[in-house]
Amino acid sequence: MRQAAKTRLLAAATGALVAAVAATASAPAFAQAKEQFFPVLSYRTGAYAPNGVPFANGYVDYLKLVNARDGGINGIKITFEECETGYATDRGVECYERLKGKGPTGATLFHPLSTGITFAVTDKSFTDKIPIITGGYGRADSVDGTVFGWNFPLGGTYWDAADMLVQHVGKKEGGVDRLKGKKIALVYHDSPYGKEPIALLQERAKMHGYELLLLPVTHPGVEQKATWLQIRQQRPDYVFLWGWGVMNSTSIKEAVATGYPREKMYGVWWSGAEPDVTPAGEGAKGYNALVFLASAGQGQVHKDVLKHLHDKGQGTGKKEEVGEVLYNRGLTFAMMSVEAVKRAQIKYGKKPLKGEEVRWGLENLAIDQAAIKKLGFEGFMTPISTSCVDHAGGRTASMHIWDGKKWNVQPGVIEADQQIIRPMIRASAEKYAAEKKIARRDCAKEQ
Amino acid sequence: MKKNLPTFILGIVLLTGLVAPLATGASAPGFYIEVLLGGLMAGVLYSLVALGFALIFKASGVFNFAQGAMVLFAALAVARLAERMPLWVAMLLATAIMIVLAWLVERLVLRPLVNQEGVALLMATLGVSYFLDGFGQTVWGSDIYKIELGIAKEPVMILDQLFQGGILVNKEDFVATIAAAALVASLMLFFQKTATGRALRAVADDHQAAQSIGIPLNRIWVIVWSVAGIVALVAGVIWGSKLGVQFSLSQVALKALPVVILGGFTSVAGAIVGGLIIGVGEKMAEVFLGPVMVKAFDLAGGGIENWFAYVLALLFLLVRPEGLFGEKHIDRV
Repeated sequence: MRQAAKTRLLAAATGALVAAVAATASAPAFAQAKEQFFPVLSYRTGAYAPNGVPFANGYVDYLKLVNARDGGINGIKITFEECETGYATDRGVECYERLKGKGPTGATLFHPLSTGITFAVTDKSFTDKIPIITGGYGRADSVDGTVFGWNFPLGGTYWDAADMLVQHVGKKEGGVDRLKGKKIALVYHDSPYGKEPIALLQERAKMHGYELLLLPVTHPGVEQKATWLQIRQQRPDYVFLWGWGVMNSTSIKEAVATGYPREKMYGVWWSGAEPDVTPAGEGAKGYNALVFLASAGQGQVHKDVLKHLHDKGQGTGKKEEVGEVLYNRGLTFAMMSVEAVKRAQIKYGKKPLKGEEVRWGLENLAIDQAAIKKLGFEGFMTPISTSCVDHAGGRTASMHIWDGKKWNVQPGVIEADQQIIRPMIRASAEKYAAEKKIARRDCAKEQ
Repeated sequence: MKKNLPTFILGIVLLTGLVAPLATGASAPGFYIEVLLGGLMAGVLYSLVALGFALIFKASGVFNFAQGAMVLFAALAVARLAERMPLWVAMLLATAIMIVLAWLVERLVLRPLVNQEGVALLMATLGVSYFLDGFGQTVWGSDIYKIELGIAKEPVMILDQLFQGGILVNKEDFVATIAAAALVASLMLFFQKTATGRALRAVADDHQAAQSIGIPLNRIWVIVWSVAGIVALVAGVIWGSKLGVQFSLSQVALKALPVVILGGFTSVAGAIVGGLIIGVGEKMAEVFLGPVMVKAFDLAGGGIENWFAYVLALLFLLVRPEGLFGEKHIDRV
């Protein structure tokens, strides 16, 4: 009898517990019904934190700003959750898996902020139907939206960047044909990220007759003595730097230590921010790097960030870092992500949207000069216009030079030569589609 | 002689590899000397960190996996404190912090684990390593911080009459090498000539025997961890001034692992010689062997510097399991 009473008591307690759990679980789900969830994959610790932190701060600040200033995206509040990847692919995939189902409609989109993580989650995106934004990084061939339906290298790829660098040094020589017989060294992070531009640089080398020296630097990139001794021996005419995190500042320091002129060093856009040059002090003076979207500086959007967030103690990171290169990049990417949701709301309604619906917004993104001004980004980006076929939507950049204290943007815009890049994209995407047995999308039908 | 034959053969092979670039004309003599010097200078720094490992292992039989994290923690402390006070005051304060840390490790981690398996102690230091990495960044920040020692960073050319283009020597590297070598020499003197040093050696030889003649084990452990902390601080300051103080320092410091494997876990001399062999070996391999391998076997390419250090260490383990200068472990049954 006592046993039966005990069992009944246990059953009642279990039932109450289940009910309580169900109630707790359903309450926030109900409350979150008018929310759009943005996962934030960031790295605030580890070897790449100096570069990961400002990007994450800018990204998060913009999401907060939209809530604070505009009351969300057309009334839909933004919620977000950060997940620390440490720039490690395994942890990045773990974060992706953990966050993809969060929020009332799942993750809006992902910014992996790592080419390694991008490679790992690209296959997953086909089944999860969540867009992967890889602006200025990731797979170069993912521009082709007919094969890479879920990847969006907004604004350009590494092939674009490499092409721009070759064009720029070619122009310095008086034309790309004058590069014949010259030596260009690529000092690159020995990872998928660093290896990505090699194909384009080799293609250009065949066309123009320059010699390409490939000098890999192993993670995290703090040991480069041997690399720079080789540069001293080979005496290349130009050094292209394809680093990330502490590798960049170490390269510049080693260039100083081996007497290689910084004026002949050109960094990709991930090698041209404040954390890359300030540790090298005066030695970094004269170093050049591509500017992706925005250089350093402040515009209307920054005033809003300061007014609505930092002045109220709601800002992310230090107030004085608002407007740094990587902060601005994070801010700009968050803006493009929000704009994609806004765009998708036109088709699907002002409600929380699924990743699949947001993709439509990303494939119909049209941020022209007027929109840029209205959004407070005037002078911080060039127009972007995507389509189902073209997932980049833009492929221009400029060059900025470090003068020892600040970045100075050089006049003129460099545009990647699509005559060279497009066939490469097509061939590589074709190969990927064949390997993975992916049927090309028919964009005419889908739109 | 028979017993030493494998070591002898390995020595010949490595020596051949070392002189091959010069003998075959693959490298100009000036450049070869530059690479050699670069390797030796890096090697002295590896020796410095390896000493930290060897010291703790000698005195307590613990393989301190946290030595790399200690280097980072000490460097972060110096860099951040130096933003608010003169560098020498910051270094003194950081020394005090490292000593307090040593005491805490002894009280909270080592003492409760006395008489436990060696692997438990290793895992405990692994825990300390993760704690210091994370806690250090939480307290001091995860940006790249500077330590300015005031040494010129521009290179100088020497022997330009003798070699075409001269030999490039970096002043900062040179001063760092001298400082590291001085510390290594003072540590050797400390161990050989002072009463505490002799006590440390006694503990290293036999814990129980040392205790039976009145040497306090716990105090010795605090001393040895403090010395390892100070070694970490010097290594952190030198490396931090060269590379910037940032998380990666803890990983660079782990380069001392193959050094102690090669040199022997219990030998101070082994840490020094091992450091030099690893330093020279990895630089020579990266500059000369890497490109040859890529060409000969049509490889995809990539930096070999990092893993080559371990290949060297493994080769030595193959022929001398106790390391170059390690004590031979004999169990009488």
